[in-house]
Amino acid sequence: MNSDSHNKLPVVLTLGNPNTGKSTLFNALTGMHQQIANFPGVTVESMQGEANVHDRRMTIVDLPGTYSLAAQSPDEMLTIDALLGRVPQVGNPDVVVIVVDANNLRRNLFLASQILEISQRVVLVLNMMDLITANGISIDIQKLSAALQIPVVPMCAARGEGLEMLKQAIGNVLNQRPPAHRIIDQALRGVAIELAAELSTDMAPLSAVEIERALIDNGGYAEQRLLAQSPKLESRLEALRNKIGGGRNLATLEASRRYGWINEVLDTVEVRKDRQTRPVDLIDKVLNHPLLGSIVFVLTMAVVFQSVFAWAGPLMEMIDGQSALLGELINSKVKSSLLASFLSDGVVAGVGSVLIFLPQIIILFSFIILLEDTGYMARAAFLMDRLMRWCGLSGQSFIPMLSSFACAVPGIMGTRVVPGTRDRIATIVAAPFMTCSARLPVYALLIAAFVPSKTYLGGWVNLHGLVLLAFYLLGMVAGVTTAYLLSLTLLRGPSPTFLLEMPPYRVPNIRSMSIKLYGRAKIFLRRAGTVIFSIAVVIWFLASFPRTTFHELNAPDNAVTAPMALEQSYLGIAGKSVAPLFGPLGWDWKITAAVIASFPAREVVIAVLGTIYAIDANEEGSLIQRMQQARRPDGSPVYTLPMALGLMIFYALCLQCVATIAVMRRETNTWRWPIFAWVYMTTLGYIGALICYQVGTSIGMA
Amino acid sequence: MTQPLATLTAGQTATIRGFSQDNSVTQRLLQLGIIEGERVDVVRRAPAGDPIEIRILGYSLSLRNTEAEIILVTLA
Repeated sequence: MNSDSHNKLPVVLTLGNPNTGKSTLFNALTGMHQQIANFPGVTVESMQGEANVHDRRMTIVDLPGTYSLAAQSPDEMLTIDALLGRVPQVGNPDVVVIVVDANNLRRNLFLASQILEISQRVVLVLNMMDLITANGISIDIQKLSAALQIPVVPMCAARGEGLEMLKQAIGNVLNQRPPAHRIIDQALRGVAIELAAELSTDMAPLSAVEIERALIDNGGYAEQRLLAQSPKLESRLEALRNKIGGGRNLATLEASRRYGWINEVLDTVEVRKDRQTRPVDLIDKVLNHPLLGSIVFVLTMAVVFQSVFAWAGPLMEMIDGQSALLGELINSKVKSSLLASFLSDGVVAGVGSVLIFLPQIIILFSFIILLEDTGYMARAAFLMDRLMRWCGLSGQSFIPMLSSFACAVPGIMGTRVVPGTRDRIATIVAAPFMTCSARLPVYALLIAAFVPSKTYLGGWVNLHGLVLLAFYLLGMVAGVTTAYLLSLTLLRGPSPTFLLEMPPYRVPNIRSMSIKLYGRAKIFLRRAGTVIFSIAVVIWFLASFPRTTFHELNAPDNAVTAPMALEQSYLGIAGKSVAPLFGPLGWDWKITAAVIASFPAREVVIAVLGTIYAIDANEEGSLIQRMQQARRPDGSPVYTLPMALGLMIFYALCLQCVATIAVMRRETNTWRWPIFAWVYMTTLGYIGALICYQVGTSIGMA
Repeated sequence: MTQPLATLTAGQTATIRGFSQDNSVTQRLLQLGIIEGERVDVVRRAPAGDPIEIRILGYSLSLRNTEAEIILVTLA
């Protein structure tokens, strides 16, 4: 991102309200040529990519959706800083593309009116033009363009319509002389320019825009940042506020001036048939209905989880078969037994047993992206808010929480949409309890191995799916209870604001969805490819060394030598030394070793078990069969149902993820919360597994 | 006579008159178009009566009763 070649390209910023189809537009422009852009000090995720625009290669930066330039946090300040060219990774923006929902012009133009006061080379995209007729709206694009003095491009980004016109407009704007700034409140700007000039030093030049925001957004981040530099300004700002506002609040003045200007502009541009029942209203009658909506919500979630489990099966079997074949091939071709063991038992078995679960992850992510892109997520937040608040969270916590079902890392990063420290911390601590994609392989393996395969309702519902659903519920209940307890104890305080737009329902764009899906699958694979691979190799090493006499014996009876060699390996020694601690959970030293090895990343347990059991030459067949066949010295099976369920409970409740801990640290800006979460969750996992195994065994579950 | 938006039931229409508080919440509400003189429709209430969904400036916004409490309206 910092490479010079990027900086030489013209920079196009895309900006707009949430729910304007901005990311779809960005995906249409850049395709696969994109990556997540991380800016220091900022936790919001923006995307950066490249596109050929008007015969020129350009860098496109997609900033997070926002309703206003008023900033109450460093994250919200990113937009202003990027517009002012203060973000080093972005540089000075050459063109700003404002994406607005054509069906919702008035509110969307509020942000546009603020941007027009900062940037001169601007293109306005009227997105979702395909829906305006159905909504009883007509827009005179030429008049709008004339009134704003910028090019206006009608688009339907989801269908790729208008893309060429947008590129043309960007190219034109870049080559032409920009129009003058359009300032709505001249008096305010005048004061701001004076103060900015007075305060600016060569070291830190101040922009009039920053002064304006500091004046208008009383208590906001622009003011905080300004006062951090010169605390004496506080009384000065207050005096200026009184002088400019004449007793009236500047935020109210700004809103009424801007909306007044917007009304003036739209007066000749837009015609709306009033009070028309739109298609979205009819859908919402059902989906937001207290009873019907709740039923639809529960059914949707049930469908998602059944699909994840049922549809992925055939693909998983295929990958399993292929990696077994590859392992056999390596064993037969490679002469050196150590190298063959490394390749087939370390590399192929380790990574293969994680790759196998990619189908499930893709299916789950498809659903999450689909719910987001259709606009259903906001309805879910609306329906869930009261319930979430009762748990000490808010409706906005629902989206990060649901994302955490895929991975807690983006989920925790997504908590920035949760207003207020209280709800945000509660959401961050609760998020890792949600069943993430890394737990899914562990559940899938143990369920397939130890839960009887039964079907109900004519084959539509199977017991495996039901047990999986139960574990999803366990995670939810544990997370929610935790959040509730936190809101009563460590995080006492009033609930913060909840303001959530109900976006129009949209038919999602397959291409944009695929790009998002690809991006997320890549993140999973990267983790599988780096963290899991390196741990798999380390574990193979720990399990294969020190090379004992058993390895050299090369006895025909491998069934005797291999387990003994494993037992004397570093991993065996480590597993055995802490095994007594986990004995009450029903774990033998192999499972203990695998669990210990998976504390950096929980999905690693499969790679480790794969390695452990693949090395055990007396246990043939797939990992599932090997686990089912595993026996204690007294001949009883290692894995009983209570033990397997207990192990799953441990994985449900324990915080075995280095990435999550790191993100928690980053998002809360203290080690307090990650340490609290780790100790709390590990204790809870241990107790849960202990109760499950002891109670299950005593009532004779097998 | 002004009354808080929170007191309205689903289906009622009102005109926005102002706010009973002045803080960061009102700043957000203003940016979202909840400004004096605008018409607001209460579309529905979520299960348990909270949050509420309103229509303003031709779009739908949901907010809790605690926020709706500080928005002052007169019935149309």
